Amino acid sequence: MKISTYVRHLREGFRSMIRNGWMTFASLSSIGISLFILGVFVLLTTNVNYIAENVESQVEIRVYLTLDIEETQVNKIWNDIGSIEGVDRVTFVHKDEGLETLRLTLGENWIEGFEGDNNPLMHSFTVQVANPEEIAHVADRIMALNETNEPAPIDEIDYGAGTVEDLFAISNLVNNVGLVLVVGLAITALFLIANTIRLTIMARRREIGIMKLVGATNGFIRWPFFIEGAFVGVVGAAIPLGILLYGYYRLASAPRDSLSFMSMIELKPLEDIMLPLTILLIGLGILIGVFGTLLSVRKHLKV
Amino acid sequence: MIEMQDVWKTYPDGTHALRGITVKVDSNEFVYVVGPSGAGKSTFMKLIYREERPTKGHIFVDSFNLAKLKKRKIPYLRRNIGVIFQDFRLLPKLTVAENVAFAMEVIEAPTKLIRRRTVEVLDLVGLKDKRSSYPSQLSGGEQQRVAIARAIVNNPAVIVADEPTGNLDPETSMGIMRLLEEINLRGTTIVMATHNRDIVNSMRKRVIAIEDGTIVRDQLRGDYGYED
Repeated sequence: MKISTYVRHLREGFRSMIRNGWMTFASLSSIGISLFILGVFVLLTTNVNYIAENVESQVEIRVYLTLDIEETQVNKIWNDIGSIEGVDRVTFVHKDEGLETLRLTLGENWIEGFEGDNNPLMHSFTVQVANPEEIAHVADRIMALNETNEPAPIDEIDYGAGTVEDLFAISNLVNNVGLVLVVGLAITALFLIANTIRLTIMARRREIGIMKLVGATNGFIRWPFFIEGAFVGVVGAAIPLGILLYGYYRLASAPRDSLSFMSMIELKPLEDIMLPLTILLIGLGILIGVFGTLLSVRKHLKV
Repeated sequence: MIEMQDVWKTYPDGTHALRGITVKVDSNEFVYVVGPSGAGKSTFMKLIYREERPTKGHIFVDSFNLAKLKKRKIPYLRRNIGVIFQDFRLLPKLTVAENVAFAMEVIEAPTKLIRRRTVEVLDLVGLKDKRSSYPSQLSGGEQQRVAIARAIVNNPAVIVADEPTGNLDPETSMGIMRLLEEINLRGTTIVMATHNRDIVNSMRKRVIAIEDGTIVRDQLRGDYGYED
């Protein structure tokens, strides 16, 4: 096909999109809304996975010692934990240090009156594990130290058991719910586009007849319809894409000075998300547009 | 140029439009197809540009064997046939020049050639000055001239005209006929279905009369032969 013919088809497809006015608007909206929701779910899943991976790589065991533990016993336990297989590093956190950390995160007012001997916190160890998957096993071994030492030195162990698993479960749920919603909406969009194209074909029936009489090939007649469909798809995808990227940018760069939910999680950087999201939405937009056109062209355009 | 061998056409509703037509039209001929309404004239014309398929028999147009012509090859047959109708069939949203150029865009002719050739044929039909007008701004005779310009713009071997003067007054009709005759003299075969006895009688050509789906008369320099 010649370039001038391509230009003609582009022009015709675009003209027809404008002429169809409200139907084009309806198709654009339904593609836009379904791709917007898809985008939201994709971003959610991506970030839940991202956070889950972050958490997984950061897992550590907090070992809280009993309040009235002796200094010598602390040193012995320190050694014992260090010699457990799979333990990478053991850090001792003095209860004064713990209080200082709290002061920094919660503010001065919260810890007033708890200094010195009034400190309600316990000494603790932070244990890094070489392999996150062994964390439960290592925690059990540390807990077992209570049986070999007298008096039992360990008050509590905390290693975020199940947190990572929970995150992955949430991510799966989000995936499935999103998929069902998006498929439903995409089918709606598909039929709306098919209908728009059907209207175009009806309106141009006479013109198509004349084209056939002067020797236009089927391809020549069909092309503008596909361009119209693809165009609706691209524009329908570009709008939610813009909104999503801008919204994400604002969210990711929001100030983290307050003690809000947002300050506790770190979003995947925008640069990592921009390209895949663009390809996904625009690609799906074109696909829906062209496939919707195909439905109509096959059924109504007997050329 | 056009050859039909024992062609039958029965429509799905059972109407026998043509019953065994055998005819041959040579290059450069000018042929009138006459006959009462519903005799099969239109079907005869439609078979030539493959709007309809024969139920039985063989049709050859130019180098095409229509019985064996695949559906997707039909456009290439039609590029060799210019069609003209009683109702003009112009595209209302396009100007005169665009309507003519349209037929060349369809066959993907080079843009420069389209521009040159469009002016050329509009000059031939005498509408060069109206090239920027829209069909609705033209008289019936002028619209038919545009249709003729479009029909000849790709230099077809054959022109099939189905009652081209059906909607026009006698004077305008004669103008259209002179134009068709001129095109015929330049080497294009013309097959024209008509009800216009004055034209057939004053501009003598070969006359093929069809009645009840069969050819009842085929006469060189014939007359119309029917009382109105």
